[in-house]
Amino acid sequence: MATSTGVSTSTIISSKDANIYYGNFLAVRDVTIDIPKNSITAFIGPSGCGKSTVLRCFNRLNDLITSFKMRGSIHYHGQDLYSPEIDPVAVRRQIGMVFQKPNPFPKSIYDNIAFGPRLVKYRGNMDELVERSLRGAALWDEVKDKLRESGLALSGGQQQRLCIARAIAMQPDVILMDEPCAALDPISTLKVEDLLQELKEKYTIVIVTHNMQQASRASDYTAFFNVEQTERGRTGYIAECDRTEVIFQNPQQQATQAYVSGRFG
Amino acid sequence: MAVSPNRELEPMKRDRTPFARNLDTAFVWLTGGFAGLIALLLIAIAVRVGVDASPAMAKFGLGFLFESRWNPVTDVYSAFPQIYGTLVSSFLALFLAVPIGLGVAIFLSEDFIPAKIQRPVVFLIELLAAIPSVVYGLWGIFVLIPILRDLGKGIHQSLGWLPLFSTSPSGPGMYVAGIILGIMILPIITAIARDALVAVPIELRQAAYGLGATRWETILQIIVPAAFSGIVGGIMLALGRAMGETMAVTMVIGNANKANISLFDQGSTVSSLLANQFAEASGLQVASLMYAAIVLFVLTLIVNILAQVVVKRVNRI
Repeated sequence: MATSTGVSTSTIISSKDANIYYGNFLAVRDVTIDIPKNSITAFIGPSGCGKSTVLRCFNRLNDLITSFKMRGSIHYHGQDLYSPEIDPVAVRRQIGMVFQKPNPFPKSIYDNIAFGPRLVKYRGNMDELVERSLRGAALWDEVKDKLRESGLALSGGQQQRLCIARAIAMQPDVILMDEPCAALDPISTLKVEDLLQELKEKYTIVIVTHNMQQASRASDYTAFFNVEQTERGRTGYIAECDRTEVIFQNPQQQATQAYVSGRFG
Repeated sequence: MAVSPNRELEPMKRDRTPFARNLDTAFVWLTGGFAGLIALLLIAIAVRVGVDASPAMAKFGLGFLFESRWNPVTDVYSAFPQIYGTLVSSFLALFLAVPIGLGVAIFLSEDFIPAKIQRPVVFLIELLAAIPSVVYGLWGIFVLIPILRDLGKGIHQSLGWLPLFSTSPSGPGMYVAGIILGIMILPIITAIARDALVAVPIELRQAAYGLGATRWETILQIIVPAAFSGIVGGIMLALGRAMGETMAVTMVIGNANKANISLFDQGSTVSSLLANQFAEASGLQVASLMYAAIVLFVLTLIVNILAQVVVKRVNRI
């Protein structure tokens, strides 16, 4: 992130003046942000400010919405993600995603994990990969005796960790998480947060959250999104982004201060 | 606590008039009665047909199912060709309609075409199901048979060494019945399969795309399996329709009392037998027709049970 704190980290995703439209409606404007490697970046802000929209731009999942348009640029390892020769399918194989609502496939736990690797014709030992992924998501001990049972039979928190394991199994570079704990109880939430700290050693994580404590506890960098009313609707923008402790303890803007201290939003 | 001690508790007792209570009870009984009536009707039909069929069942026993005599003069009856014809024409129909119907359903459940065009197309397909079967029959006689006859002759000449095509087509026949039935059940399969595909939660689609699955991988490995029970349900409904369909089949199948492996030969089905003979039948012949009807009843039942087993087995994971 472009900060004055002088931390030198290499940037993995870099967005410059990205404007995101749905049809003619400008949903998010002027997104300029750098995501540092092997760190956790949190997106916070009031509802409808475009956090998830921006997140989904990072792995081109918004392509599924026909009215979606992006102007500006988002670079990943220096390549323009939206250049015509980029295959969105290949992008999503490197930039994984975990969704708000746990969404395991109606398949066995094993097949949930193996789904992605099978798509890319993974040649290694699948059993090992499944175990490694489940261990990586801190789920192995709970499910090792029932790998053939349906992923849907797990509890909500376990399902979400299964989804994280499923994303890890693709050995991605970046994992995008869209409010991964929104549907979880506090204990499951803590488990996922602990997991995040382990995961950032190998992966770069971008997480959208409505939970202030989560952002302050778990993330290294925080981007505060805000929303402004224009004549054409509500448009989101990044109001401030910096190291998490700066955002939470010494924010530059009034709105950020108000939001992180719980006075609005 | 900040609750003032003077604040009176709102009464939480159920406050309903006896009339409202009675109305609720009456409604439960009424709807329950309707549901029971349907079951009763089914049983009544089965019992009546069974009673009427009992002379034939007593006389011919299970041999009725495996022999091919239908002779009102000597009063000897058996219905193997009709049972065979029912199964062959229905499965031929499925063989044609399942791939096409499923394909159309997938096409119409994705966003390949704009919603503005998609909705009318879905409506048109559902309209196919509203065409009376006698119209299908007439269309079969005047349009389909002339086309298929030439096509069939070509197939017979080149592939006649295959038992399936070993006789020369002479107009009506098993293959025409199968194709007509296929067209008739196509809208059922398409409509139900599409509903099942559309009902698959968007989250699963996103999960698959998020893992880097292509559209085809998502459809074939996630969406279709998730909709499997709905799709099988549609196919079974269609099969039931095909096995029971009478008018159109009677008009194009040829109504010959024989079971030939060649699809180009003429044949008959249980329902076409009933349609052809019932008006002039009497005595043991009526009982035999009733027996045939029971066989059709049981066949449909078996097919439905099998479908349930398939769906259960697949859904276990």
